[in-house]
Amino acid sequence: MTLYALIFYVLAAVIVVATLVAVTRRNLVHAVVYLIISFFGTAMVYYLLGAPFLGILEVIIYAGAIMVLFLFIIMMLRVERKAEHRFSLGQWLPAALVGLAFLVLVGLLVLTDPGAGAALTAATVSPRVFGRFLFQRYWLAVEIVSFLLLIVLIGALFLGRAPERRPTGGREGDS
Amino acid sequence: MIVPYGHVLLLAGILFVLGLVCAVARRNLVMVLLGVEIMLNAAGIAFVGAALRWQQLEGQVFVLFIMTIAAAEVSVGLALIVRAYRRTGSIDQNTYDLLKW
Repeated sequence: MTLYALIFYVLAAVIVVATLVAVTRRNLVHAVVYLIISFFGTAMVYYLLGAPFLGILEVIIYAGAIMVLFLFIIMMLRVERKAEHRFSLGQWLPAALVGLAFLVLVGLLVLTDPGAGAALTAATVSPRVFGRFLFQRYWLAVEIVSFLLLIVLIGALFLGRAPERRPTGGREGDS
Repeated sequence: MIVPYGHVLLLAGILFVLGLVCAVARRNLVMVLLGVEIMLNAAGIAFVGAALRWQQLEGQVFVLFIMTIAAAEVSVGLALIVRAYRRTGSIDQNTYDLLKW
């Protein structure tokens, strides 16, 4: 087992444990913070698998922007602490069964794949090469995605705007 | 030499199942969105591993697009949650029973 393999397995264990803890938390803030740990681990896995630029983007976008957005919304909503006071078994049992079946299938598929035994050779892609490739081959997709972001911006503004003014005024400071 | 590609796929599969269970079994709307985020992240890990396995850059390019989709989905989803919270005063799924007869 090489050093890279050891790093990968430790990172995988950290990611899975942090995600498992995050999924079962009742406190939303704790769940989001555990997920930030999980996303940092994912960024390091990206770095290990030869995508340093994507690792940095993972930290900036996922662990930075998206999770902080979640934290803002959670603090805005003033969620009562015992909103989800118990995990109903009727809801968790089917989900756990389906997840277990899916996991067994994935394990079988991976184990029976004939080409899965060979270890990956380390290679890295510099951001310069990555950006050149992206804008030479996939410039149209980049434009479409940026247009999608514009649509999302308008949609979020539309959905999140303040409620309509009552004829009597009032409710202006209501966020 | 790093690990075999099957182990990367296994890690992505475990993360995907965790996200799926989180999205299906939790009753909090914010946790449902977090589950979707976990699933998209797992797909990204599988794509990056595939990019290294076949030495093709397309895998990493698609991870970039997946990140964009995730950011778009989460911003609209959170705006919808805030709107639903304003209307009903709760983010528990069980309180949305207006159409239940």
